[in-house]
Amino acid sequence: MESENQTKDEKREPGCAESSSMTGAHGRRSFLGVLMSVGTVGVGAALSVPLARFALHPTLAKTTETAWSDVGAEDEFSTIAEPAKRLINIEQRDGWRKVVSEKSVYVTKSADGRLRVLSSVCPHLGCTVAWNETKGQFISPCHNGVFAPDGALISGPPRRGLDELETKIEDGRLKVRYQYFRQLVATKEVIA
Amino acid sequence: MDSPTIPPTNSDDVPVTEARGRNRVFVWFDRRAGINSLLHEALDEPIPGGARWAYVFGSGLLFVFLSQVITGVFLALYYVPSADHAHTTVAYITKEVTAGAFLRSLHSYGSSAIIVVLLLHIAQTFLYGSYKGRRELLWVAGCVLFALMIGMAFTGYLLPWDQKAYFATAVGTNIASEVPLVGEWLKRLMRGGADMGTLTLSRFFVAHVFMIPAAIFAFVAAHIYLFRKAGAAGPISEDPVSPRQKAERFYPRQVTMDMGFALLLIAALGLFAYFVPAELGPKANPAETQYLPRPEWYYLPVFQWLKYWSGPLAVIGILAIPTVIAVLFVGLPFIDRGLERRPWKRPVAVGAFTLVFLALVLLGALSRRDDRRNPGVAAQLAKQREETEAFMRAPFEPETAGSSLAAANVALADPLAARGKTIFETKSCNACHGDGGVGTPAGAKLIGVGAKLPPDKLEAVLRQPTEKMAAGGMTSVKLKDEEMKALIAYLNSLK
Ligand code: FES
Repeated sequence: MESENQTKDEKREPGCAESSSMTGAHGRRSFLGVLMSVGTVGVGAALSVPLARFALHPTLAKTTETAWSDVGAEDEFSTIAEPAKRLINIEQRDGWRKVVSEKSVYVTKSADGRLRVLSSVCPHLGCTVAWNETKGQFISPCHNGVFAPDGALISGPPRRGLDELETKIEDGRLKVRYQYFRQLVATKEVIA
Repeated sequence: MDSPTIPPTNSDDVPVTEARGRNRVFVWFDRRAGINSLLHEALDEPIPGGARWAYVFGSGLLFVFLSQVITGVFLALYYVPSADHAHTTVAYITKEVTAGAFLRSLHSYGSSAIIVVLLLHIAQTFLYGSYKGRRELLWVAGCVLFALMIGMAFTGYLLPWDQKAYFATAVGTNIASEVPLVGEWLKRLMRGGADMGTLTLSRFFVAHVFMIPAAIFAFVAAHIYLFRKAGAAGPISEDPVSPRQKAERFYPRQVTMDMGFALLLIAALGLFAYFVPAELGPKANPAETQYLPRPEWYYLPVFQWLKYWSGPLAVIGILAIPTVIAVLFVGLPFIDRGLERRPWKRPVAVGAFTLVFLALVLLGALSRRDDRRNPGVAAQLAKQREETEAFMRAPFEPETAGSSLAAANVALADPLAARGKTIFETKSCNACHGDGGVGTPAGAKLIGVGAKLPPDKLEAVLRQPTEKMAAGGMTSVKLKDEEMKALIAYLNSLK
């Protein structure tokens, strides 16, 4: 077996040596080499673009805008005399899944009759504020923050009034964009 | 070969110290990694009779496989192998992720490309008689690779978990139960239970991305090693053991042809994937009874063949005949030992090969014809196509997480508890006790309170809080009896 293999190799070598030692072979070799490298690099680059875009999708995709949540029909609030508590569903996208959570908000009416939606998260340390019918005030149960019916701060440790949320009326329905705001500060700052 | 040499493109006389630029870097690496001899080993392989386009299929396969590995790894960035999420994640890849439809199509069509090139590679090897002359192991390693590739196609098909994937795999795994004695056990082993489910998906996933690829890497290495050991067989006029014809080195002409073919393949795949993206059907619904599974085109002949066998004779058609063909196929270089390579001088082998090939084509065509001729089947298949197209047009629908409140609300099947939840929230109990009674700094956690206090005790403390509770800020709850009942039902549901 071995001896046969050897003869085979011997027979092959001369032919090979001949073709590569020809003067023209060098030039052709390097030309083809360049051609192949260019082709490979080209195709490789063309393919790595979609691969990179695919892998980087979560960082490149436009930040998912906070979706609008439905609060209720507009006329439902046309006659409210005091803040009305409503539960809204907020949807957060997490890749291919969504997490739906429920948040409470208060719908109030401003002096000029515009509907306003207040977050029920206390701007002090985040407890849920409750509407106290008898006193006609919002009261935060944790450290006794007190707010007026329009959300303005009356007393207590919070440094600002209740946070108003962005609203819009669409097809006769009140919609709200639920957001979280930084606690313990005097100005309203959105946190992601 | 062992002594460091300067690459042949540069002057052989330049001492290493004087070598400059690119060359110097090359020499530095070569002295440490021996890439020069490695390159020579790879590129100087002699090809008796010279380079030919007929020899390009093997390396073409290697390239498409490489493309499958790369696209597969990237797809795994978003894919989740579970019956709950697989379909959503594939829909997400297809409809939302940048370039996702393209990469998935590339991967999906890649399997078809592998089968096509594999058939060309086998046909070339067979017709050229390149399996002859001490190439038995090389051939057997190739056969194992063929089986592994078929296994990749089979296991990968289930992963999107759409109707087509589910029902085609249900049929596929059912075939295993035809095996005498161990059939049922084999089917359960593949499915991870009596029925198709999330365990089937896990198994197929692990086979598809870990076990079979590992085996493929090993056998590709063996196949290439054995090929280099035996040497290229050359044209049909060549002696497969002791080649006499003038040889040409692998580099540059054969390499160029191989690369050209590989680039052509990848480009064709890319264009196809870009313009005709692979589809995804609606999520698998095991309860559906009307669905007609149709396998990928390369499984159609087998699919059609199985139709002809049922009852006690089934074992002949499903097991015996395929086994005989497989044994003959794998054993070919052991049976056909002559060194004659010209196809016209090997009528039996070439005839049998052509016959099997034509039979497969015929079976595939028959399968298509049967579907067209049966109006009921044609209508159902058309309906399935429409459903798939409708699903592809629909925007991506994210899956609602189990931790979502909406899901928790569904769990509140008891209407009394659901009413109690509304009371809990409108009376602002959640202000201190948190949504769902999770507890806050201002109020105790209420989850599990039902286990600590029986309903009457609970009602008592709600109406008249203890001193300790009152000190913590708890006020007495004033509710009508039925409202109190609802609230307590809700509190009891908090677990
Ligand atoms: S959290 Fe509202 S007052 Fe402290």
